[in-house]
Amino acid sequence: MTATEPLEALLRTAFPDASELAVDDRTGGGDHFQVTLSSGRFAGLSLVEQHRLVYDALAEPLADGSIHELRIRTRPQFERGATP
Amino acid sequence: MSELREQIQQIISTEPVSVFIKGTPQLLMCGNSDRALRALRSADAPVTAVDVLPDPRIRQELSALSGWPTIPQIFIKGELIGGADIVEELQASGELQQRLDEALGTEREGTVKTAAL
Repeated sequence: MTATEPLEALLRTAFPDASELAVDDRTGGGDHFQVTLSSGRFAGLSLVEQHRLVYDALAEPLADGSIHELRIRTRPQFERGATP
Repeated sequence: MSELREQIQQIISTEPVSVFIKGTPQLLMCGNSDRALRALRSADAPVTAVDVLPDPRIRQELSALSGWPTIPQIFIKGELIGGADIVEELQASGELQQRLDEALGTEREGTVKTAAL
């Protein structure tokens, strides 16, 4: 199992609608990650609120130290055909 | 509230722009703290930097106050703006400049000072 799989699973559970969900191991060391996520849950939220939802989903690996560094890029997901 | 937490709260609510980083502006110990400071500098923010490394309790108390788990943390007039990713994103879109203009006026000067806990 790679280091990114448990994080992807947590995010998939928290954001079942995600149209884009990627976790990259930035350094190959298994503890510096880049999360890229598009979800309808982010619609209408500030960036701080969006990132808080990601932190909530990853609370356990953040608390136990398995994530040493986390970069986050979130995008609200728009309905098909809707104007952003 | 612990004395340390009160001191942190005091900095957050009284300094125009406070940034909690790993290391000092002269000797940063973390790439993300560097990214945050660069973004703030290019938006001419009057920054007050606080090093969280001297005592692990600083980080614990800060996160307990802000509800934000990672470092750096950036506040404008007491309001949490976010971490390095968010300030970079806001800087790139021009929104950081705009929020600083609204909070502090356009006549400000970009400066960096430090506060110790």
